[in-house]
Amino acid sequence: MSTLTEAPPPLVSAEPAKKPPRKRGRFTPYWLLLPGILWLVVFFALPMIYQASTSVQTGSLEEGYKVTWHFATYWDALSEYWPQFLRSVFYAASATVLCLLLGYPLAYLIAFRAGRWRNLIMILVIAPFFTSFLIRTLAWKTILADNGPVVHTLNTLHILDLTSALGWTAGDRVLATPLAVVCGLTYNFLPFMILPLYTSLERIDGRLHEAAGDLYARPWTTFRKVTFPLSMPGVVSGTLLTFIPATGDYVNSELLGSTDTRMIGNVIQTQFLRILDYPTAAALSFILMAAILAMVTIYIRRSGTEDLV
Amino acid sequence: MPFVNWLKRRLVVIAGLLTLAYLLLPNVIVTVFSFNRPKGRFNYQWQHFSTAAWKNPCGVADMCGSLSISLQIAVWATIGATVLGTMIAFALVRYRFRARGAINSLIFLPMAMPEVVMAASLLTLFLNMGAQLGFWTILIAHIMFCLSFVVTAVKARVMSMDPRLEEAARDLYAGPVQTFLRVTLPIAAPGIAAGALLSFALSFDDFIITNFNAGSTVTFPMFVWGSAQRGTPVQINVIGTAMFLIAVLFVLTSMLITNRRSNQRA
Repeated sequence: MSTLTEAPPPLVSAEPAKKPPRKRGRFTPYWLLLPGILWLVVFFALPMIYQASTSVQTGSLEEGYKVTWHFATYWDALSEYWPQFLRSVFYAASATVLCLLLGYPLAYLIAFRAGRWRNLIMILVIAPFFTSFLIRTLAWKTILADNGPVVHTLNTLHILDLTSALGWTAGDRVLATPLAVVCGLTYNFLPFMILPLYTSLERIDGRLHEAAGDLYARPWTTFRKVTFPLSMPGVVSGTLLTFIPATGDYVNSELLGSTDTRMIGNVIQTQFLRILDYPTAAALSFILMAAILAMVTIYIRRSGTEDLV
Repeated sequence: MPFVNWLKRRLVVIAGLLTLAYLLLPNVIVTVFSFNRPKGRFNYQWQHFSTAAWKNPCGVADMCGSLSISLQIAVWATIGATVLGTMIAFALVRYRFRARGAINSLIFLPMAMPEVVMAASLLTLFLNMGAQLGFWTILIAHIMFCLSFVVTAVKARVMSMDPRLEEAARDLYAGPVQTFLRVTLPIAAPGIAAGALLSFALSFDDFIITNFNAGSTVTFPMFVWGSAQRGTPVQINVIGTAMFLIAVLFVLTSMLITNRRSNQRA
């Protein structure tokens, strides 16, 4: 927990302050901090406490809810919805790995090989953000349509037989299958992987590559021993920026998936907004938060980049 | 095998360009389908070329209304988050105070939390307080999640600022207000602008947190979400395409201006 909270936010240039902060007006910092911090306390921290309290309440919509320390809600929620939890983690992890595999070459291309095209490619990576992500996600319905060229090609090459055997697709369609959901998640969070990767690649001194070459390292060895280790801060913050939002996402599963691809976000959304079972929804959301904080903490420790994130 | 060698040397470039194509393909589809005349309610299959939607972008009931609500919320959320976030960033870089660690984590955590968790917990707060869900609850939520991003952007800029510039201003008898307005603020401006631009984009495109806390108010992303169930009008693609073009033009002109300025200085 402490490593996560003390780590400065990712994506920031990790330059340390050049000298210790000065002391001027004694109360000035508090006045500067007060409104913003108050906003975060009331509308971010306090809701977490309300949510924790709601999760141990019992009652009904008509009669109102009371805190009864009914912890069984957690047990019931977990035993009913553990498949959705596991599925969320599995989809998000798959999307994160795919983002890393797809994003690394592009980040590398922008950082080292793009030359005068660098700015243009950068714009092309960021500009899609300005078209609402829901509209772009709906476009995948057209791309992956049952009678579209993509599905036709995959069918002709018998790739769909393979993915069906693995349970990623069903029959000869891609839409409404896990593959479509993972594909959408990968697409939606890819820029969050590319940008931190690019930031850390761009900082690498080009002379290190020359030095590796002078010492008879082949290109692949140079990448493995020099470039990749130096880009680790970008890999870590990129995977976090992809994995965390992907785990809680319910848009891709709703638009591109089916009832068999429901993720935990879909369950929380339905419980809160349609079934109006607030205690169960709050408990699920609390479990999701705790699980993600735990996973992220372990990941940061294991990747040994505590001071680099 | 010259071809294999050629391929080997360009493998990274080819893979990178394929990823770029994957990123841009949906935008191409959105643009092409803004010229479609669909059969039935959904705009997922190509039928006939038509410019009807471009000639009448507000021809769908409620869509332009939701667009205007989204723009209003995005503008106010940007102003709110930028002012509050810039103040926090200056306090963090320039001053020493108690509870620094706690404040840093309070700023970091909203960025490390899945949106659905923030959305759900904020809704429990509003329900418990009996707040009327709508424009104001959306705005409150948007300022909350944009704040951390502004702090991050401004902090990075203020940290890399040379403190001697402000000392020089004071040595030349500039008062504290004058120093701030004529030296500090202009230097911090790119960081503040980056934070504001990010806030606008995040707020305008937010769906998950808005969906939980909107009540019966419909923002543009919520309109699109609803249309995925009811039937997708072509006008959605027109708006999506127009926003993409405006963003690209905006970035290109600002790049041209900065290029010209740096050329003049050189």
